[in-house]
Amino acid sequence: MNIKKYLLNEKVIISLFSVLISLVIAAIVMIVIGKNPLVAYAALFYGAFGTKEAIIDNIMKASPLILTGLAVGFGFRAGLFNIGANGQVIIGALLSAYVGTLVGAYPFFLSIPLVMIAGMLGGAAWAAIAGWLKAYRGAHEVITTIMLNYVATFIANYVVNGPFQAPGGVPKSPSIAYSAQFPNIMSVGATSLSTIIFVSLAAIVVIYVIIQRTTIGYEVKAVGFNPYAAEYGGISIGKNVVLAMAISGALAGLAGTTQVVGVYGRYFGALSGSMGFDGITIALIGQNDPIGIALAAFLISSIRTGSNQMQIAGVPKDLVVIIQGIIIFLVAANRIIKTIRIRKRKEAEA
Amino acid sequence: MEKVDYSKYAVVMKGITKRFPGVLANDHVDLFVKKGEIHAIVGENGAGKTTLMSQLYGLIRPDEGKIYINGVEKQIRNPNDAIEAKIGMVHQHFMLVDRLSVVENIVLGQEPVKGPFFDLGRARKEIRELSKKFGLLVDPDAIIEDLPVGMQQRVEIIKVLYRGAEILILDEPTAVLTPQETNELFEILKNLQKQGRTIILITHKLNEVMAITESVTVMRLGKVTGVVKTAETNPNQLANMMVGREVLLTVEKEKAHPGEEILQVKNLVVKENRGIEAVKGLSLSVKKGEIVGIAGVAGNGQTELTEAITGLRRVESGKIIFKGEDITNYSPKRRREMGMGHIPEDRLKHGLIKLFPVYYNFILGEHDNSKFSDGIFLKIEEIKRFSEELVKRFDVRPPKIDLLGMNLSGGNQQKVIVAREIAFNPMLMVVSQPTRGLDVGAIEFIHKTLISMRDKGIGILLVSMELEEIFSLSDRILAIYEGRIMGETTPDKTTPEEVGLMMAGHKLEDIRQEA
Repeated sequence: MNIKKYLLNEKVIISLFSVLISLVIAAIVMIVIGKNPLVAYAALFYGAFGTKEAIIDNIMKASPLILTGLAVGFGFRAGLFNIGANGQVIIGALLSAYVGTLVGAYPFFLSIPLVMIAGMLGGAAWAAIAGWLKAYRGAHEVITTIMLNYVATFIANYVVNGPFQAPGGVPKSPSIAYSAQFPNIMSVGATSLSTIIFVSLAAIVVIYVIIQRTTIGYEVKAVGFNPYAAEYGGISIGKNVVLAMAISGALAGLAGTTQVVGVYGRYFGALSGSMGFDGITIALIGQNDPIGIALAAFLISSIRTGSNQMQIAGVPKDLVVIIQGIIIFLVAANRIIKTIRIRKRKEAEA
Repeated sequence: MEKVDYSKYAVVMKGITKRFPGVLANDHVDLFVKKGEIHAIVGENGAGKTTLMSQLYGLIRPDEGKIYINGVEKQIRNPNDAIEAKIGMVHQHFMLVDRLSVVENIVLGQEPVKGPFFDLGRARKEIRELSKKFGLLVDPDAIIEDLPVGMQQRVEIIKVLYRGAEILILDEPTAVLTPQETNELFEILKNLQKQGRTIILITHKLNEVMAITESVTVMRLGKVTGVVKTAETNPNQLANMMVGREVLLTVEKEKAHPGEEILQVKNLVVKENRGIEAVKGLSLSVKKGEIVGIAGVAGNGQTELTEAITGLRRVESGKIIFKGEDITNYSPKRRREMGMGHIPEDRLKHGLIKLFPVYYNFILGEHDNSKFSDGIFLKIEEIKRFSEELVKRFDVRPPKIDLLGMNLSGGNQQKVIVAREIAFNPMLMVVSQPTRGLDVGAIEFIHKTLISMRDKGIGILLVSMELEEIFSLSDRILAIYEGRIMGETTPDKTTPEEVGLMMAGHKLEDIRQEA
């Protein structure tokens, strides 16, 4: 029996069960408040996949979530809880927007890489601060990344209200150069499908390869699983904590960058939304596995995209928050599902 | 309920079967323990002894089988049920709260109260009575962390007795004790037996079985392979039943041919985690092709010494010289590259990554060697081929390289570590507690391996709490006490008693003067 496959299956089953159970519980809530869950879920599904527009919207929502999910998930692999993805998204977006305004004279094959590198470096540097504080000063990354979120938010507020403000007095940056913008694949009505989705898909592959195939992945995992044994094996814990935070931050910064280069064409205050925190949810549901994270990101984007349609059908859209909450609860408390499965197996044997 | 007369037995376990994923830990095991006897359960690691006892104590539940206590069938679902059935267990790793006093630890969970308040006076009195009755002398108000290990063990025993245990299970009780402490423990056990208690002793040490027990159950690979009266057997027979083949109980070795000095430690001072000096100006040297054994009771600075030599702990003052080079401030990686191997004391903490497959564990420390990576990507195929080879050469069982480290037995985990450390051809090997918790077969294997390394000219610094191991392997013996060396001798010029005295803090020259 292939142990790896077995584990993978176990993980997949936990996530799937969690999703199913949460849908059932949310259905019960709907019945209690006098709504028909079948109607609501039909509307939710239609809202997420029913029209071309819905599908595009869905993909565009999922695209940055994949990146922040990967960011948090990679941190988890090194035993680090990066709560600061939001701050890293902001710094990445801000820096890429700034570089984006400078590269107008370059052709796209120079300006696009420059902008992306700037965004990733911004996120990486921001996260590396927390990594450095953890590795060499013993400050817990949960505390420092939360604090850095505030710092990032206020820096961004200042910058787009002052030195880097677009003319007109609104708190947003000037537009980035046309040569730095990602083209759209297609547009339906007001929604456009941008090529930034390919950035997210490429990131899945790259992170998968780093984790499974490289010495960096080996060291990061060793530090995450057992720092003592890692140190014994000559692996520097400090270096890897900083590195893992930086890679995590680079992914979050990339998420911010894609919004600048593919969606808004500039930086503005609400750009990051809650995507950094959603990354935590997604990494948990996806169990830190790159492919799992991609699927989890699409799950979250689907229920969000569909929720408007559900509201129209008369069921409060806030229910999706309940669904999301229950999924996280069940994945985190995965023993519940394991216990149910073991009991079933025993009954089957008896 | 079926009616069987087991009334003369304190414990009967009948047809106990316990499966773990992929392992049959107990396979229809029968155990009969008479009232008032000391009964040993012996067997290799992974034979299922602790699993069996964990079921008796309710820590895990059997898949099949029945348990009878004093002839009555009992369902033991958890430790509370076990305590109710008057069964107590002293674990291999003590379950004590370090910062609390002896009394507080003993009554923990069953505190006597006066109204809403904890009645410390009554607790203290009850414990005094208990320790007097059983000859278990210990100061009720001492703080656990201040007590030596032997005393802590007494506290564990009193704790069990305080809960009214008539049947005591002791899991490897002598693993952490000095010879003197071991003798004291045996006195206590005999005393308990006189007072009508039944004792089940899990152990690897056959001389202890011979010294103190009435009967023995031998286990191998989850099955009972023999039940004998102690008076009618001998260590060799027991060892053969444990391993299923002839075992050499003594290590055969040629005389050593030491070469030049490869490691020198000069006036080394190292602090332990709490900031107290644990190694206090210690000096020693190791030559190529010799085994230098450091005898001592756990907690006398051995851990700090080996960690300092291998670079895992900061040195306060003093020097470490390896191959003529001052390496005092070198990183663990650099020392490893210079040819220093390390078989660590705590294999699960330092030696192995439990969640890594075996083939990843085989390259720990060598993962960026050009043999296994091109600088960026791991050469997975090469790593696997290398691992298959080591698994075969060192007979790691089961021979599956993609099994996770945690799914191997203790002995096989140790084999993985030893194999890895030997595979990169070190010149010096720092070896700490290489056979702790291992079975006879694995011990024999590790010992042979160490000797053959020595014969190849590798210098070996061996730290062990097992005096027997120190005596059978070492070419020179140093005894450590509170971070200082009490004396140096060789196995043929000393006795276990003399080394035992040094381990208890007597200088060799003082001992010899008095004698």
